[in-house]
Formats: sequence, C-alpha cells, structure tokens
Amino acid sequence: MSDELDTVVVPGVVDSALRAEFPGLRLDWTTVRAGMRDSPRELRRRLMDLSSRYRGASVIAMRTQPIPHAYRAFFRQIGLDPDITRIPSEEAAVARLLHGQFRPENLIDDALLLALIETGVPVWALDATGVRADGLGIRLTADGERLGRSEYADYLPARRLVVSDAGCVHALLFGAIAPGHEVSSRTERVVLFAVGVDGVPAIHVEEAIWVCVEALQTGARG
Amino acid sequence: MRRGAADGREGLVHWQPLVTWHRLGKEEVVEVLEHRRSGSLVPPAAPSTAVTEDAERAARRTMRAQIARLEQQLADAFVTAFPMGGLEPVAGLPGQPRLLDLGELEQLRDELTERLRRARATISERAEAHAANRVLLERMLIEPGRYRFVRLSRADIGEPGCGAYEVRPRLGLIGMLMGWWQVKLSSGCPLPRGRRRSVRRP
Repeated sequence: MSDELDTVVVPGVVDSALRAEFPGLRLDWTTVRAGMRDSPRELRRRLMDLSSRYRGASVIAMRTQPIPHAYRAFFRQIGLDPDITRIPSEEAAVARLLHGQFRPENLIDDALLLALIETGVPVWALDATGVRADGLGIRLTADGERLGRSEYADYLPARRLVVSDAGCVHALLFGAIAPGHEVSSRTERVVLFAVGVDGVPAIHVEEAIWVCVEALQTGARG
Repeated sequence: MRRGAADGREGLVHWQPLVTWHRLGKEEVVEVLEHRRSGSLVPPAAPSTAVTEDAERAARRTMRAQIARLEQQLADAFVTAFPMGGLEPVAGLPGQPRLLDLGELEQLRDELTERLRRARATISERAEAHAANRVLLERMLIEPGRYRFVRLSRADIGEPGCGAYEVRPRLGLIGMLMGWWQVKLSSGCPLPRGRRRSVRRP
C-alpha cells in the first residue's frame, strides 16, 4: 500500500469550553513521512507560478475575501490584532510582495506554503517524535503550564489557546511552536495540523492538509 | 427580549425581566432583575447559575458577531481608503491568543467602532477634498488666467499615478506678457533610476 493510502486526516479534539464559545473552531492533523531536504524542481516551479497570482491590488483587497476575513475576525475574537499579528495568508502575501516571489526554502516549508496559498488555510508541521499517538487538539492553558517540555520552556499564562496533545503544549494557536518541537534536520516523520475557524468550510481545512501531504510525498519520491 | 412573560396569571403578579450588565473592575456579570409591577405576594426567584452562564455565553456570542461585522466594515474601509492614501497604521504590540471575557470583548467592540468611525471620517474628508479639487481643476480649465501657476497633483483629485496639473504661460515669458495661459499635465512618474549623472570627460 502506498504512503498516500496510509495517510489519514484526523479531526483533533477541541476543548468543550472552547467548542461552546467557537463552534467553528477545528483542528485536523495527520502524520506523514518526510524530512528536511531541498524541494524538487516541480514544487519550486509551482511556487513560482503561484507568485504571479499576487499583485499589490489583490493583496490589499484580500481581507475582504471570505476565508481571510474569517481568520481576521477570529484573530480579533481571541485578542490578536490582525493589523499587528498578520494572519498567515496575509503574511505570505506580504512576503511575496516584498521579495518579488515566493522564495523556496526547503521541502517542508515549501509544502506548508503551497497549502496556504492554494487554500488560504494555514498548516503547521511538528516533529512527530514529540507528539503522542492519541493526537493533537486545541485547549486552554491552566496556571503553570509551559510551552514545550524543555527544562527552559517559557511559562504560559492561564486561558491561552494552545495546540497540545495529552502530554504537553506544542504551540500557541496561530503562534510560536515550542522550541525543540519544530521540524529539524533529524526529523523523519512530521505531524501536520491545520486550524479552521468559523466561516472556513471544513473541506478547505482537510484540503490544505492533503495539498501539503501530496507535495511532501512528491518531494520524497523526487 | 421578551417583556412581561408572566403577565397571564390572573393579574396577581406581573414580572418584567430585564437583563442589565454591570462592570465590576475587569469582570462582567449579568444580573437578571425581576421588576414587579403590582402585587407583592411572590418573592422573586434567584436566577440559577446555569441560566446566568447561558446568558453570558449568549452575550459573548453576540459580541463576537458584532466584532466580526466590524472587522468586515473595517476591511471595506481599508480597501476604499487605500487609493486615497490609506489609513493610519495601527500601533501596538503582538499579543497571545486567549479567551476574552465579556468585558474585554465589549472593550474590543468599542475600540473597533471608534477605529471604524475614524476611518470613515478620514475617507469622507479626503473624498470632500478630492471633490473640491476636481471643481478647482474644472475652473482652471475654463479660466486658466484666473489661476496662474496653481498646481494640482493627480493624487489631489483622487487619480492614480504620478503627474500634476499646472496653469502655465503659453510660450513662456511671451505668454505671461500676453496673458496666454493654459493647463498642462506633467508627464508621468519619474524613472526609477533617477536623472542620469552627466559624465565628465577629461
């Protein structure tokens, strides 16, 4: 059986208190075999082609489109100002305008970027060795929790929205990944997760992960 | 809100539930007040915790819907204002994602409302200035002699691109002496490399 057939996108657990407040909030995740390496030519060419989709005027008008609007509204609702902390798709678009193109970095980052551009839904990657098999979810922090399991990990204030498994906090929602949990040159398997909010169809969230998986598997073959 | 829901009981007691919000420091609580219109036989029942929580959650949901709507209106204002020179950038420090309580949501809603009001005022002021400048340009075109050396950039009249309309004398000094005036539109944007330096030859 091929890797693609083995891959299953699983809906993560959203804390019941959060689900009551944000009925549209969801996290989908999957595990896939991939390592840090150069992107294949095909993926780099695809990013170059996508660069031509972005013009100044379209980036300005981006925030009026449904999916970016949904993320911007959600950012505001969780205390982030999207004019200061940009939503991922706007961040990518601004980087594209500044650099003149989407700059290829490595296979994993490029696959994440591709999924973001294609669907508007952000996808993140974690080193799978640090993630428990029962999977990821979104919850609120309690007092005294830390970002990551390192001895020097930062303490988090209570009631922060985080991505975690049963063991520890892996990342702030739409924020920093815990040090040591991100993908590195030693990574062999990655956990991909995408976050959807109210106003973003569930199929987009799933599609974002599949675009990413497909790009990673193409890169692994190439 | 339904008012006087318990009015149908033989006219003995009439209750008028009102929900009011009181700010206590940073905490917001909902308080259900039972207003008695007539009679004093039945004491008001204390609201259960579940009802209060549901009411608070409903209030937070309403507030979030208002915030989403304001965000949409701010986005529209941003796009409208962009060709006019844009809105003032927002200053602040990045925060961390957290669950906002009702007081914080209310404060955020008020801030966004104020921001939207300022954005609309800016758009309105600039639109009025552009309209006034377009009228001035019309007058310059009709009677250039009355507006000697008046200069209006394309941005002043809300047009994209570089260039400026200016009332200049035809044929230079002769035009000035003869009273021959005309409106000229300067040629486009400057070259990205600027003016070429003159090469000195030994």
